[in-house]
Amino acid sequence: MADLATRTLPLSGFHGGSGAAALSVTAPATRISLRAKPDAVEALSGALGLSLPTKAKTSASANGRHVLWLGPDEWLVIDENEADLMAAVASSGVLHSATDISHRNTAILVRGRGAEVAINGGCPQDLSLAVFPVGACSRTVLAKAEIVLLRTAEDAFRVECWRSFAPYVSGLLNEAAEDAGN
Amino acid sequence: MLLIYCPYCEEERSELEFRQAGDAHIARPTNMTEMTDEDFEAFFFLRDNVKGLTFERWRHLNGCGRFFNAARDTVSDKFLTTYKAGLPRPDLSTLRPATEAIVETYEATESDAK
Ligand SMILES: [Zn+2]
Repeated sequence: MADLATRTLPLSGFHGGSGAAALSVTAPATRISLRAKPDAVEALSGALGLSLPTKAKTSASANGRHVLWLGPDEWLVIDENEADLMAAVASSGVLHSATDISHRNTAILVRGRGAEVAINGGCPQDLSLAVFPVGACSRTVLAKAEIVLLRTAEDAFRVECWRSFAPYVSGLLNEAAEDAGN
Repeated sequence: MLLIYCPYCEEERSELEFRQAGDAHIARPTNMTEMTDEDFEAFFFLRDNVKGLTFERWRHLNGCGRFFNAARDTVSDKFLTTYKAGLPRPDLSTLRPATEAIVETYEATESDAK
């Protein structure tokens, strides 16, 4: 008998929402939680090929890779092409802390003219374009679950959550998307 | 819903993202092993529980994750100011308008809640 473990994706095949706010699950991605002091930011930016943002609520993106400011010394790095992010930051040669959280998180895409309304069904942040423009990101809450929001377009958000919270987050977003209209 | 200004995120966020974390500006003793039980108890357990202006630690738990300090009125629940951890207590005379009426009940401030 083959000794083979298969990994199942949380929310595999999930689709939902409404005409105003469509929900879908993202493809697998690699992710790291990155902590570093200011003097390491430049070298880590070079190693990742993206400037680590140092301003609150901002992100940097290129070629399917995203670096999100989470705190003054904390970033979430996501690579949609599943590149080896741990190896990338290890090559920086500067002091930092990186944890592979590729499988801890999963993400739901919320897209449509009602995307803001759907997320605001459980999230207290002001998601108007003036306050939360395209590229803005933030760790916040969706009702009782912690999420990380990234606005990828005027009408689209990536909602990162821990995989064990995925049924709760997707269920809640589904309800709120229906309230956002058809 | 209460909005709290995070000095690290530099904007007001909902209270849902924050947790209170006890009194601020408590000096940790450097001679803990030599202290008497009474002195340790005073440092570790005893707090003033003031009615009115108090200085507290808060954490932007579901945000930037940082601890910061806040000057808050325990009667009205109003945050007078927040400031980064490690900074000294702000000058109170600049925080509190001299003519501010003293409000004694929660009901009396309810209409001002944000
Ligand atoms: Zn903050």
